[in-house]
Amino acid sequence: MSKAKTIWAVLVGLVVAVTSWAATYAAPVRMGPVTDDWGVVRVARGQPILIAYWLVVAGPDASLGVDSRRGIEIAIDDKKTVAGHRVRLIGEDSGCNAEGGTTAATKLAANRQIVAAIGSSCSSEAVPGAPILCKAGIVTVSPSNTAPKLTDPKRGPEYACYLRTAHNDLVQGRAAAQFAYHVLGVRRAATVHDGSPYAEGLANVFADVFKRLGGTITSQEAVSPTDTDMRPMLTRIAAGRPQLIYYPIFIAAGGHITRQAKEVAGLEKVTLMSADGTFSPDFWKAAGEAARGMYHSSPDLSVEALGTKYQQFLDKHQKKYGEKPLSAFHAHAYDAAMMIFTAIEKVAKKDAQGNTYIGRKALRDALFATRNFPGITGNLTCNPHGDCADPKIAVYQTMSADPAKWNPGTDPKKVWAMKR
Amino acid sequence: MTRRLNFVDAFLWAFRLMVVAVVVWGTVGTLRLGRYTGEQWMDFVVFGLAQGGIYALIALGYTMVYGILRMINFAHGEVFMSGAYTAYFVAAPLAASGFLNRHPILSLLLLVAVAAAVSLGVAVLVERVAYRPLRRAPRLVPLITAIGASFFLQYAFRGLYGSGFKAYPEFELFKGEWQVLGVGILRTQAVVLVSAAVLMFALYQFVMRTKVGKAMRAVSEDKDAAALMGIDVDRIIVLTFAIGGAAAGAAGILYALVFKQVHFFMGFVPGIKAFTSAVLGGIGNIPGAMLGGLFLGVVESVGPALFLDGLGIRAPYQLKDVIAFTMLVMVLIFRPQGILGERLAAKRA
Repeated sequence: MSKAKTIWAVLVGLVVAVTSWAATYAAPVRMGPVTDDWGVVRVARGQPILIAYWLVVAGPDASLGVDSRRGIEIAIDDKKTVAGHRVRLIGEDSGCNAEGGTTAATKLAANRQIVAAIGSSCSSEAVPGAPILCKAGIVTVSPSNTAPKLTDPKRGPEYACYLRTAHNDLVQGRAAAQFAYHVLGVRRAATVHDGSPYAEGLANVFADVFKRLGGTITSQEAVSPTDTDMRPMLTRIAAGRPQLIYYPIFIAAGGHITRQAKEVAGLEKVTLMSADGTFSPDFWKAAGEAARGMYHSSPDLSVEALGTKYQQFLDKHQKKYGEKPLSAFHAHAYDAAMMIFTAIEKVAKKDAQGNTYIGRKALRDALFATRNFPGITGNLTCNPHGDCADPKIAVYQTMSADPAKWNPGTDPKKVWAMKR
Repeated sequence: MTRRLNFVDAFLWAFRLMVVAVVVWGTVGTLRLGRYTGEQWMDFVVFGLAQGGIYALIALGYTMVYGILRMINFAHGEVFMSGAYTAYFVAAPLAASGFLNRHPILSLLLLVAVAAAVSLGVAVLVERVAYRPLRRAPRLVPLITAIGASFFLQYAFRGLYGSGFKAYPEFELFKGEWQVLGVGILRTQAVVLVSAAVLMFALYQFVMRTKVGKAMRAVSEDKDAAALMGIDVDRIIVLTFAIGGAAAGAAGILYALVFKQVHFFMGFVPGIKAFTSAVLGGIGNIPGAMLGGLFLGVVESVGPALFLDGLGIRAPYQLKDVIAFTMLVMVLIFRPQGILGERLAAKRA
């Protein structure tokens, strides 16, 4: 390459970089009565406001995302209109993995009519997906991401548009460890994660707290989400002679571990405990009778903890879908949707013709300013890093392991609730 | 006569030595830790053999098709999935009516028959639609078609049966363990091992002892000469796909017996692993595929504990695929023809 060519290449590269930078952080956009740094969505009179979900609604973890989607749909039924517009819900399957999260977020980011997003389901999707939405100026509220790093104070500006109504796993991991140590009286425990930010984060919090309480962590294992033969890994766990295995992973791999654990020599009497990622009748299908007697840490979904609002929600759910909720994050999704609707009404402005204008950054700021929002899951107050939950964690024990009998509270039976 | 070591040779030698050193170091370290008992080592091996038996049955399909057509049938993992997934819809009513546990052996044979028939049908159909029209095309073309067929089958089955998973019913007879020579073996795994061994033996006898088997070997050696001898090459190719498909279907039931969950994407990972087994054993070679499958299963099961524990690597089982594929790379570098393979490349060049 000649010298002149090199200089040209560098120059062109610079121009491209500067233009793309300028395109991302453009000067404030003005449209109708609204000026906003992140852009403005114009919703014409009589047109619906577009809300998008990015949740896992296909594959082995579909119950997690479908459950949340139903929460959003019930919220839309309840709310009827937002700032004088109907709400239309569109969405993408996000697959419960990083690739799916990237694809779903990219598709949503391309649609300039989307006012706000709800998602993702799995933390692994949000890690690469949320920055894509943030770049497009679309605020997103997750009903079920619980990995601590997503709302860590050091999470970085690329997550500026991300909030969640789900609990932070710093809370769930601590609750699970306290239950294992104090209630079950376990002193030796092993953990398993599947390399996802959710599972790794939660397993580590559990292990740290369990050690601080005075227990011993015999080993911290990892599998990959598509593994099927867990017996060798379980044999390795058995070598450390734990009394309990905590595996906060997802349904497919969690089912394999549950079925295979008692078959491994040395683990016949071990106590099994999983978390909210497998808190679903689908998990009972995957794990079969082997799930009987095992524990789950999960959001406390009882009427005594959440009040009559939750009972009303359950009645609507039964009427609309003819079955019990499929997983643990329908109420969180309902709250996420309601929080977004309230924030939209706070910032939406109308012009003389009755068209509505919503500033993207204004909407984001309004969401982060949420204080004492009366949701189903509690009084939601968002901190500057996006944590909005009013976390209530309970531990459930599986009684029948028959998916047809799934009824959180009685079966799986609520055996313990975190003190607040 | 001495040959001067060139740079590449030197590098490969250093690489070989390094891998051997890491393996030896890890193994010695693990054994010195004394973390596992003798029974646990036995368990690792038995778990690995059961998994390897399934890989081997699937690998047969890859290797037989390669032997005859010199192409990798990447849709074979989906052939495996189609049988196991479809047979679920027979297994569920059988379990609901109680027939499954009253006549477990009969039910198992019935399920294997259904799965083998479906997989056979799918394999033959793929051959007819996706490969036969391209028989004279350059080699890359059928490879791409195979990948296309693989996607098509995955999403066709997703459309047919839904995107969730189904869980096979439990066989009461196969719960618990059997004591064999003082070692406890899980009943499901014993069933898998025995069935896989019987199927592989039968297949080998078929290829080596029957007239049709002889014709298959002839086509594999030289298609044109075989045609001149009066062998209907197209028929033999269809037969190869049919047998490979049936073996994959049977493997699907064994897989379901051990792991219970079936879904539209289940063929992908076992397919890749079986392909690895076929290459390890020497692609195109039937005993090689069996050996490769068992070998891969055992290495996946024993490897992380034996090699990685001693190196102080935490959570070694997350790396079992790394071990499997490192082994594949090693074989491709140092013995491209596989463990039992002949030097096909040289012969055909």
